[in-house]
Amino acid sequence: MDLAYTEQQQAFREEVRSWLAANVPLEPLRSFDTEEGFTQHRAWEATLNKGRWGMVTWPQVLGGRGCDLIEWLIFEEEYYKIRAPLRVNQNGIFLLGPTLMEYGTEEQKARILPKMANGEEVWAQAWSEPNAGSDMAAIRTTATLEGDKYIINGQKTWSTRAVWADWCFGMFRTDPQSERHRGLTFILVPLDSPGITVRPIPQLDGLPGFAEIFFDNVEVGVENRLGDEGAGWSVAMATAGFERGLMLRSPARFQETARRLVELYSANRVSADCDPAVKDAVLGAYLDAESYCLATYQTACRLNKGGKIGAESSTNKIFWSELDQNMHATAMSILGARAELLPHAPDAHGVGAWLDGWLFSQSGPIYAGTNEVQRNIIAERMLGMPR
Amino acid sequence: MDFTFSEDQLLFQESVRDFLVNEVTAERIRASWESDSGREDALWNQLAELGLTGMTVPEVHGGLGMTVLDFVLLAQECGYVGLPEPLVHTVMVAVPLLNDIGGELGEQWLPKVASGEAKVIVGLEQNLLVEDAHVADLLLIQQGDKLYAATPDEVSLRYNESVDPSRKLFTVELLTGATVVASGEQAAALIATTLNRGALGCAAQVLGLAQRMIDLSVQYTSERQQFGKPIGSFQAVKHHMANVAVRLEYAKAPTHRAAYAVAMGQEVAAHAVSHAKLVACEAANLAAKNSVQVHGAMGYTWEVDLHIFMKKAWALANTWGDAGFHKRRIGERIFATDAVLGAGATFV
Repeated sequence: MDLAYTEQQQAFREEVRSWLAANVPLEPLRSFDTEEGFTQHRAWEATLNKGRWGMVTWPQVLGGRGCDLIEWLIFEEEYYKIRAPLRVNQNGIFLLGPTLMEYGTEEQKARILPKMANGEEVWAQAWSEPNAGSDMAAIRTTATLEGDKYIINGQKTWSTRAVWADWCFGMFRTDPQSERHRGLTFILVPLDSPGITVRPIPQLDGLPGFAEIFFDNVEVGVENRLGDEGAGWSVAMATAGFERGLMLRSPARFQETARRLVELYSANRVSADCDPAVKDAVLGAYLDAESYCLATYQTACRLNKGGKIGAESSTNKIFWSELDQNMHATAMSILGARAELLPHAPDAHGVGAWLDGWLFSQSGPIYAGTNEVQRNIIAERMLGMPR
Repeated sequence: MDFTFSEDQLLFQESVRDFLVNEVTAERIRASWESDSGREDALWNQLAELGLTGMTVPEVHGGLGMTVLDFVLLAQECGYVGLPEPLVHTVMVAVPLLNDIGGELGEQWLPKVASGEAKVIVGLEQNLLVEDAHVADLLLIQQGDKLYAATPDEVSLRYNESVDPSRKLFTVELLTGATVVASGEQAAALIATTLNRGALGCAAQVLGLAQRMIDLSVQYTSERQQFGKPIGSFQAVKHHMANVAVRLEYAKAPTHRAAYAVAMGQEVAAHAVSHAKLVACEAANLAAKNSVQVHGAMGYTWEVDLHIFMKKAWALANTWGDAGFHKRRIGERIFATDAVLGAGATFV
């Protein structure tokens, strides 16, 4: 055990820091759930990619830097510290990208990954259906192979980023006789295909962060199938693993929220201390964010040495999503009567992004497999309790 | 940056776990409750033969010359079986303090601790009572700003019963003959590092205790049938245990980091130890609460083994600094005006 950064890691941090300082937009971008903000964020992805900072863990030939997981964590720390823009293409770069590298053909990787990396093609998720939420194996949207094309019919919902994205990925039932996990196939679909209708769904903040997608005889070339026909479930499980795990939710984001929470508490101490529970909640939030960081470093080091992620990784999603919710709930208590004000309200000064974060934190325990589903997985697969 | 244990450290953990699980059974612990001292010389000698009592004793004094970082995983295993013998105290508290004091006292006692011939027990005022004072061959006792060394004939002991029948607690009154081994600033520094080592030992033990309570609960709820199926198949029961697993999983890395910080003498050690003690005890207290619940009425009995581990976890939560003590230390650091917090600040 050696809990010090190497000189090389420190130099890497400096390089990230100075590039970000020179390139991160001075004015915060608009939300990527607006048309203008989406375009701004797409342009930011191109800027990142040009500097080869888009996805540092990707191989050099794909515009990455072949970084290991510790360097990835360092990159994220600097990224969140300077409050660089959120990643509009996270469905692509963090979820589909790694899945493609594992299951994609060489043709698919060459065709899809570069445009994903530079933001030219932004990706939406298309997992859930009206009757297939937590029970994802209940998927009914069909893809029927005719010649070298799949004909897709049905409906997806809660498709994050689908309103302005270019492509979506998801699972479709290719064997109409099949049930549950069998007979599903992982297919990539251009969202401008004839027969597709996208209906935006406003989220808690009123912006259309997700959408319904209707498929009416949509034709998709067979070259857009990822993995074998009927093997969709195992491909999707890999993607879901990336979503819950290390890539999407590195600790930096929560550590920065915890730091701002400590600052918020310190600046409002007299009123905040009227409720003795607040100080304890701030202290607990700081400790949990640190615990999450330490545990992530421990896992990353183990993986760097060839270890594997085990069933204990299911604890990850519960821990960060509930931490995020708790931190924002505490901030709301500290802000008191101002907590309900939108950031641009004339008397909202100092409220900042807390309300947005509070609204967003409500989604954490739900998406990527509800925390109830995660608890079942922990109980059955990690602890071995009976089904 | 390498936050992993070495192959050797993991292998050692495995072999000590096998030994402890086989030797320190719940039956043996219950038998020890019936004995006068609650301690077994035979078991202590076995631990000494494995080299465990001398793990942190320097090689020149017949030990293995290792650090508390080498022992932290083993301390978890001691917790897992609810080991009544003061092994964690010896390796993580008494020997490092003797080492720090050094001189004749160290030369005289360290070899005897390594060989298993003698037990050295430390009592700090933070703890109110001194565990295992009755089996000590040498006591190192804090009184105000002084640290005393005393042999059994130089102290008077008053026994206090604990809710955990394995814990033997005493008030220690120093009689004539006890000698001052450190005072003033030197004693204060020794006491501060000793307190951190003791709290670290607690954190590691309660991680093991929490795991044991999970294992007992999983086993019980897999066997116990109601409504025609094992109660462990019900989500309400599963989620109780999953909640414990989550808290426990995230208490491990802080404890390992604290062990590293203590072993390396880092400035951050006190802070890291308080973090570890708080989150580990929180996980263990939740384990106790939810384990009793899923055991139903059985959990409220003396006959079921759960209470052996639950009571120890309760007790350890309030020794070597209770939650209030450790939260105050964390607060003093993070609410300071010059605090460096947030992304990238953890390992600096």
